[in-house]
Amino acid sequence: MSDINDGMSDAGAFDGARPPAVEIRGASKIFNLGRHNEVKALEDIDLHIDQGDFVTLIGPSGCGKSTLLRLIAALVDASDGTVVVNGKTADAARLDRDYSMVFQRAGLFDWRNVSRNIELPLELMGWKSADRRRRSAEMLELVKLTEFARHHPAELSGGMQQRIAIARAMSFHPQLLLMDEPFGALDEMTREHMQNELLRIWSETGITVVFVTHSIPEAVFLSTKVAVMSPRPGRIAAVIDNDLGPRTDATRDDPAFFSNVTAVRDALRGGH
Amino acid sequence: MIDTADGAPAAADDPIVFEQRLRLQAAREQRRDRMRRTGRQIVVLAIFICLLGLAYSLYKVVGTAIDDSQSDWPVIGSILPESDDLKMPPVLDIVSGIFEEPRGTNEPFWSIVGKEAAFTLREAAVGFAIGVIVGLSIAIVLTTSGRLERALVPHVIASQTIPLIAIAPIIVIWGRKSFDFLPFEWQDWMSVSIIATYLTFFPVTINGLRGLQSPRPENLELMDSYAAGWVQTLWRLRLPASLPYLFAAFKIAATASVVGAIVGEISAGVKGGLGRRVLLEAQRYTTGPERLYVAVLGAAALGIFVFAVISSIEYGLVGRKGRETVT
Repeated sequence: MSDINDGMSDAGAFDGARPPAVEIRGASKIFNLGRHNEVKALEDIDLHIDQGDFVTLIGPSGCGKSTLLRLIAALVDASDGTVVVNGKTADAARLDRDYSMVFQRAGLFDWRNVSRNIELPLELMGWKSADRRRRSAEMLELVKLTEFARHHPAELSGGMQQRIAIARAMSFHPQLLLMDEPFGALDEMTREHMQNELLRIWSETGITVVFVTHSIPEAVFLSTKVAVMSPRPGRIAAVIDNDLGPRTDATRDDPAFFSNVTAVRDALRGGH
Repeated sequence: MIDTADGAPAAADDPIVFEQRLRLQAAREQRRDRMRRTGRQIVVLAIFICLLGLAYSLYKVVGTAIDDSQSDWPVIGSILPESDDLKMPPVLDIVSGIFEEPRGTNEPFWSIVGKEAAFTLREAAVGFAIGVIVGLSIAIVLTTSGRLERALVPHVIASQTIPLIAIAPIIVIWGRKSFDFLPFEWQDWMSVSIIATYLTFFPVTINGLRGLQSPRPENLELMDSYAAGWVQTLWRLRLPASLPYLFAAFKIAATASVVGAIVGEISAGVKGGLGRRVLLEAQRYTTGPERLYVAVLGAAALGIFVFAVISSIEYGLVGRKGRETVT
């Protein structure tokens, strides 16, 4: 584990000097501009995310939370406004591999075994094969799936596949993890287990996380800040500070947890 | 984790060792299954050939009866074609035709047909290889832009409506007259390969295009998020994802390359292969009808052979891993 912390801590060491992880000002996104099927997905978004934060974007379907995540990832260009990631334009951050993304589907390559799936981003970055294998072993340890290194994705359950996807995303020690409803396709029990695992990885590595979900309890359990979004066009209705301290399973029954769930629910209703 | 190096007793309890043993056993069983399946396939093929011979013989009895007594069977006689030993040589004649030495040679007929099949196989294999390269290149180029795909795919399809027999002589003439810039001397069988290419590139292009476009949007987004270049995305995502599609095309293309080579030989008048043999035996049909049947059987065997070769390559490359996705 210490290796993983080493890789991350040089990110943490410069905390004072480092720019915020994400700084969005007046961003909007219009799809199919000027055509009959024009859709205003996002309007006038301001969002500030500090290094080491765990921010969830929550809102009903179609509120543009996935689009906002893709704006940060530079997979979608903003129609207006600025998106700054780690002090650079979002696209520069993408090209510098400052972030990594996890999708709702694990999206593992079924022709590669688990270990080679984790090595994929490292291959793209031109790492030597011995280094890749070492890092892949570390990552398997991080997600506690070491014994499945040589399995193929089709042989793993949905929860295990998603853990491999997280290991793949973390493999090159990105500073920012963007997650698009990563546990949305999992059953409730696996989901709670994955939430615990994610929080463990987050606290072990000090990585910044932006997490899209439409589950209120998930948002409140996981994050330090909850950005509540309202639909058509997507706006950020409120950003709720969610300081529940270190999470345990007991947190899920904590009165503070429930009062924050209520606060998020009220904010979601207020958006209409 | 338990150290497996320090002795068998500990290893027996080690779940990983246990699992490895299970996997080895599964692999062994898979191999045995595969062999059993191949054996079964051969038996099925033999039975099928026997049944075909039986059906052929049975019809011959009916056809000959019609021929002998047309006036007695007014209805059937006017519907079903008649038959005799010349139209349908007896099965045993065909079988013995395989082993007989045709007049003027001291080589059994199967050996002559075999050599000609090898000649045709070379034309077909070269045509197949060029067809795969050309077809895949076109597919890759079309993948770069939706507009290009919409503009060019109709032309690719239209290319297949031109009759092969019509373009074959043109290609042979070009080969003899215009390909002298090449570093090697152009030979007529190479023109036949080009004709075979004409049939083989098409399924590769169409299926390759589907395969290259088969990755899910989030897989492409994943590659973008890693700042992967176009070539990296092609090599590490699109091409591996298209392998099952490509092999389906390769099987069609391989058999089509044999057809293309035989038709090419016939229409271009190239000597040495099965096409010429079929033409020759058709011309002297009355003196040995069974030889035409043997030549046709040789062509069929060649088609089955190339199909089997591609299938076993596919099995080695993509079959073993159980590519069913459970995402």
